Amino acid sequence: MVDLPKIIPQPQIPRRNFIKGALLAGLASSCTSNDPFTTAATEESVMASGEMVKLLSTTGEIIEVDKAYLKPLEEIPSISQTAQRMGIEGKKFVMVIDLSRCKNLKKCQEACNHAHFVSDAQNWIKVYPIQEAEHTAPFWQPTTCMHCDDPPCVKVCPVDATFKRQDGIVGIDADRCIGCRFCMAACPYSTRVFNWDQPLLPPEVLAMNYSSETSCPPKIGTVSKCDFCPDMARKGELPHCVSACPNGVFFFGDMNEDTVTNGSETVRFSELIRDRSGYRLMEDLGTKPSVYYLPPVDRLFPFKNELKPEEG
Amino acid sequence: MIDQSSISSDKITSDLMPQKFGKAGTIWVSILVLLCLAGLFGYYRQLTLGLGVTGMRDYASWGIYISNFVFFVAISLVGSLITAIFRLTNVGWRTPLTRISEIIAVSAILFASIIIIVDMGRPERFTHIFLYSRLQSPIIWDVIVITTYLVLSVLFLYFPLLADLPILIKNSKAGSGLQKLYKFLGSFWKGTAAQFKITEKAVKIISVMIIPVALAIHTVTSWLFATTYRPGWDSTNFGAYFVSGAFLVGAGGVIVAMYVFRKAYKLEAYITEKHFDYMGKIVVMLALLYLYFNVNEYLVPAFKMKKAEEHHLMSLFTGEFSLLFWSVIILGMIVPIVVLIFPSGRKPKTAFIMGVLVVVGAWFKRFLIVTPTMLSPFLPMYDVPENYKHYWPTWEEWAITIGSLAGALLIITIFARLFPIVPIHETIEERQNVKQQML
Repeated sequence: MVDLPKIIPQPQIPRRNFIKGALLAGLASSCTSNDPFTTAATEESVMASGEMVKLLSTTGEIIEVDKAYLKPLEEIPSISQTAQRMGIEGKKFVMVIDLSRCKNLKKCQEACNHAHFVSDAQNWIKVYPIQEAEHTAPFWQPTTCMHCDDPPCVKVCPVDATFKRQDGIVGIDADRCIGCRFCMAACPYSTRVFNWDQPLLPPEVLAMNYSSETSCPPKIGTVSKCDFCPDMARKGELPHCVSACPNGVFFFGDMNEDTVTNGSETVRFSELIRDRSGYRLMEDLGTKPSVYYLPPVDRLFPFKNELKPEEG
Repeated sequence: MIDQSSISSDKITSDLMPQKFGKAGTIWVSILVLLCLAGLFGYYRQLTLGLGVTGMRDYASWGIYISNFVFFVAISLVGSLITAIFRLTNVGWRTPLTRISEIIAVSAILFASIIIIVDMGRPERFTHIFLYSRLQSPIIWDVIVITTYLVLSVLFLYFPLLADLPILIKNSKAGSGLQKLYKFLGSFWKGTAAQFKITEKAVKIISVMIIPVALAIHTVTSWLFATTYRPGWDSTNFGAYFVSGAFLVGAGGVIVAMYVFRKAYKLEAYITEKHFDYMGKIVVMLALLYLYFNVNEYLVPAFKMKKAEEHHLMSLFTGEFSLLFWSVIILGMIVPIVVLIFPSGRKPKTAFIMGVLVVVGAWFKRFLIVTPTMLSPFLPMYDVPENYKHYWPTWEEWAITIGSLAGALLIITIFARLFPIVPIHETIEERQNVKQQML
């Protein structure tokens, strides 16, 4: 099994602190047998549901509380805009894409689109059919944002709406983006998309505060792209594309710890790149991507272009 | 030919005083206003519905707004060509052309700034450019030089106008709105020797300052493209290429404006055939220069035919954009060179037609600089709907673009209604000098 917390930081979940604080406050104020949840619920006149839940208090007592009195805590710890721009300290995220395993199932794309509310026409992940020259073998090449160490998009942004974080991620602040689309012209990997129309979103997503770590909710008139899912990293989980791929094409990890995993295999990043001749796309441009590719040798699946032949 | 130096200063003043719009003028202004309103309506739709109303999509993420912006920046260079360069090199025949070219420059650079805001996905965040400015971005350089150029151009229009204002105040109807405007602009101007001296000095300083700034606006605008990796833009030649193209379209624009003002205001005695002759020669020289840069930009990469460049070059030479590409090269450069090289081609009417070809060609040339490159990405265009792979502007984009061009023409027209398009004071003074020399 993978020891995820080893390679990806565990978030500071304030849940326990919150419950402790709430309990103490409740006890201090009433000092009765009544639990603080019921007290608070009565004050707010919440209707009891009749379904009881057993809880263990900080003093070791088991108390019973009506389920309706419990407020679900937001799952994602809220991180300030500044912290989001800074990134996670001590990390250098890296991805390795094994081209010998890709079969163009597009499960990565599906999972990514679902998680980030990406429209079908504007996939952040694309799986290109590539044939470098007439007599070379064709293969499938999934692309994400390359999260370059010398990112051309960040260089040209006039307002610092797209930025490079200390953990290597190139993020977008859709609350700051002015929609000039210079970054789209600058990116040689055509990885960026623009929200030309009002994105169609469920109301609860629309109501969320924008976070550059989830890139949600996407906003009209601004640029979007693959964000390497730092929200998942903070939770100690892998990006959606990585965990969605049934063939283990995507490896994700931390370069500082020299470890990458696709969920079932965990390997040394440097050994993987050395032994399997890893390379990066368009190295000659000097963009220094954080995404590495393993060449499509000894392919697991024969290349079959299921789609109608497309031009260009 | 009549002896022009014999025209009296009263006659000059009455000839050059701004006139009310005639029937043709009224129709012209109404058409321009209607086009502007159509553009405003298009922009209203874009503001409410988003940039989705345009034909731009993720591959062609820049379209005719950007090429129109480049066109405006290009044509605005003419102000510094005619006014500053000719002034510093003591070109004697420049006088009737200075104000025409300067108002073209001011209105074009004004609309360049407007159209770039139209292109923004979030125009309401315009202030972010100042709040979160990153000096590393070429856009910020462009904001700085364009603002500087706008200010210098307005001053360059205003200072030489001062000497005309007392004449305008004297000859306009007392108490009219027009006279109030003239008084507001120049009642402090008494025409004393000291005032003349200080104006002369200011104009001289601006003449020197405006040349590097004018070169900078177009060089920096070219860098918006040349600082990327894209085929067709990734060129060290781009600054000089853009500047030479800007000089060409500016000179063509001046010929067109000269012809129209000459006809509309009967200025045959002031804007003479000699002016068309000289400007025609200048256009030949500039078109040759621009052609030279085009040869560099297209033939050198075509010789190597690098893989990334191939798609772009072939789309221009034989593909999707070939008809437009060859039309622009032939009609916008080669035909004007051939026609204007002959003295009979430099007669007002043919020069005017060549000027129109140059200007229209230059507009489409900017389109050819922006769009084919956007549609030639490094990785193939894939996994997108069919309409993402081509670019054709929607009616909203055309309405806004044509509206902006109409707006620039409207500013020029209104300016000519309010102020003498040929400087009165300078013309009188010049004729007197000629007379004295003859005596």
